[in-house]
Amino acid sequence: MLEIRNLRARAGGKEILNGIDLTVRAGEVHAIMGPNGSGKSTLAHVLAGRESVEVTGGEVLYEGKNLLDLGPEMRAREGIFLAFQYPVEIPGVSNMYLLKAALNAIRKHRGQPELDAIEFLAMVKERMKLVEIDQGLLNRAVNEGFSGGEKKRNEIFQMAVLDPRLAILDETDSGLDIDALRVVAGGVNALRGPGRAMIVITHYQRLLNHIVPDRVHVLAQGRIVTTGGRELALRLEEKGYAGIGNDTHGAAAPAGVS
Amino acid sequence: MSSTKTLQDLTQQDYKYGFVTDIETDTVPRGLNEDTVRLISSKKGEPPFMLEWRLKAYRHWLTMTEPTWANVRYPKIDYNDIIYYSAPKSAAEGPKSLEEIDPELRRTYEKLGIPLEEQKMLAGVAVDAVFDSVSVATTFKSKLQELGIIFSSFSEAVREHPDLVQRYLGTVVPYSDNFFATLNSAVFSDGSFVYVPKGVRCPMELSTYFRINAADTGQFERTLIVADDGASVSYLEGCTAPKRDRTQLHAAVVELVALDRATIKYSTVQNWYPGDKQGKGGIYNFVTKRGKCAGAGSKISWTQVETGSAITWKYPSCILQGDDSVGEFYSVALANNYQQADTGTKMIHIGKNTRSTIVSKGISAGHGQNTYRGLVKIMKGAAHARNYSQCDSLLMSDTCGAHTFPYVEVKNSTARLEHEASTSKIGDDQIFYCRQRGLSTEDAVSMIVNGFCKEVFRELPMEFAVEAQKLLGVSLEGSVG
Repeated sequence: MLEIRNLRARAGGKEILNGIDLTVRAGEVHAIMGPNGSGKSTLAHVLAGRESVEVTGGEVLYEGKNLLDLGPEMRAREGIFLAFQYPVEIPGVSNMYLLKAALNAIRKHRGQPELDAIEFLAMVKERMKLVEIDQGLLNRAVNEGFSGGEKKRNEIFQMAVLDPRLAILDETDSGLDIDALRVVAGGVNALRGPGRAMIVITHYQRLLNHIVPDRVHVLAQGRIVTTGGRELALRLEEKGYAGIGNDTHGAAAPAGVS
Repeated sequence: MSSTKTLQDLTQQDYKYGFVTDIETDTVPRGLNEDTVRLISSKKGEPPFMLEWRLKAYRHWLTMTEPTWANVRYPKIDYNDIIYYSAPKSAAEGPKSLEEIDPELRRTYEKLGIPLEEQKMLAGVAVDAVFDSVSVATTFKSKLQELGIIFSSFSEAVREHPDLVQRYLGTVVPYSDNFFATLNSAVFSDGSFVYVPKGVRCPMELSTYFRINAADTGQFERTLIVADDGASVSYLEGCTAPKRDRTQLHAAVVELVALDRATIKYSTVQNWYPGDKQGKGGIYNFVTKRGKCAGAGSKISWTQVETGSAITWKYPSCILQGDDSVGEFYSVALANNYQQADTGTKMIHIGKNTRSTIVSKGISAGHGQNTYRGLVKIMKGAAHARNYSQCDSLLMSDTCGAHTFPYVEVKNSTARLEHEASTSKIGDDQIFYCRQRGLSTEDAVSMIVNGFCKEVFRELPMEFAVEAQKLLGVSLEGSVG
């Protein structure tokens, strides 16, 4: 479904990604871990089409198409969803309105009929259960005045409605208490399926206790330095990133990692 | 960033209503003197009191100087190089029905989408259309007449209801009020007059479309709306103007009088020609709008969406004289390209327990300069007066400006005032977020701007709210939430 080859990118005048190779097949869940500044979020942004990140080399194929040729909205309509690390607030625009416009833009692109208000509401009611989101939250302005947990829950709820083929979760666990984490992870697990792939970016192993990945990759200094199964994440927890990086590639561990 | 560029493209769409209708006009010679004033009055067949009033205004105007305090810049206006009266020729014969109206004129209205035809009228909007300076069609009149509501052109009201006009004219905006209002008092051509009698709720929105047409014709509308005890009325004013190179002056006056427990809601969508992308041409809009809550428990609400004009100088205000009276001001002002808007409101609290609300949303794009200027004044007798003010600015480029000048004068210590202000730039983050959900940049911008203006748009009557969104010039589609 997704094939990343030797991807390089820079942002803010700095090289962030230094040759990423990654293959994700339909139905798989990949976890990407790594210390601060290793390029995890930049990778998410490149895949979503953020223009402030400049791709300087390599290629990304998504279902056989050159992803880098597409604008962010086309990628979204083709089925790529990014759950933001810091979801933005849009005052005055209700969550429901944004979501309905988004869903209908995607449906239109797929050649499906647009949903009217009643059909949309019925669908929303059903998907709400997945993330135990409160109806009141949906009628409020997008993310405005939401707690950190509510914002993250809202991202997963949007994912449930928009039904992507490739979902990228950018540190969805950060800022969540253990109960919220369980709810969010429950929503994500409910959305796992043979047709859908997920890339879960996280700092901590604890999320992977709830969302069990097929593959775990460790990113350091803009490269994937090691790849393994779920046990890799557990080892990370024990030894820290420094130990892992040295283990496999013998590459110098990034300074100042915790 | 490319999203910034797209933003510019979106906010720099050409003015869509730029066309000129070719109709014979009946104009007076260029320039301003007592003879001009007398000529205008006699052409309109006015009673002596009206001429006297105009002349007093004219003589007072000669002693005044043009104000310079507003945060706007424009070349000096030569008041002797303006044509002060222009009427479509065909109006002189006085059309009895729509069929008699100059077909060219009707086509203009159709282009503007004004519902003048019978079928459209049944949609519930009575139209008093001002084409240049004379009203050419007034509809729904008979239906309104049954209720005793007078809705006519100002000239007609002067002729047919001189007592009402004489009683209320200048009671809110006196002829000596300010430079532009005084000029208007001397030379006003036409406008609308509304009187809603005691206890009557006007069953439909009253609507007037103004349109400047003949080249170099100053426009001096005058509107007077009176709601008697317990009456209520909602009035809509909408404007589009044809594209012109020469700058045109517009100095209107609107007076509202609300007696005991009366309610007046006045909504405006203003889209005068703003000038081109280099700032050439465009309308100078110097307007005096003021309402007086004369009676106890009365309410006046102003809602405005200002998207046009090269210069906007406009402060719809409320004098809260009656105890427990309420004043409201909801405004969206857009300044794009080289547009300059200096707009806001004055809330003058005189009566006890008077309340006012101010919600101002300024959008600046291109090189536009947007200024909010407001005054909340609590007089000595206004015990327990309350005001809530909110001024938000949205910046859409690096070259535009937003300015806020909120003035407050409080002479009664029991008053409570709240003021909130914010300035934000439309964020690449917000646009990217929407695009990541599948929306085009255009839809994202329209959604964000629309959300920003929501508190004002929801005060507008439904159809008007839709028009307002279109007129924002960033192709806002659908209504939010």
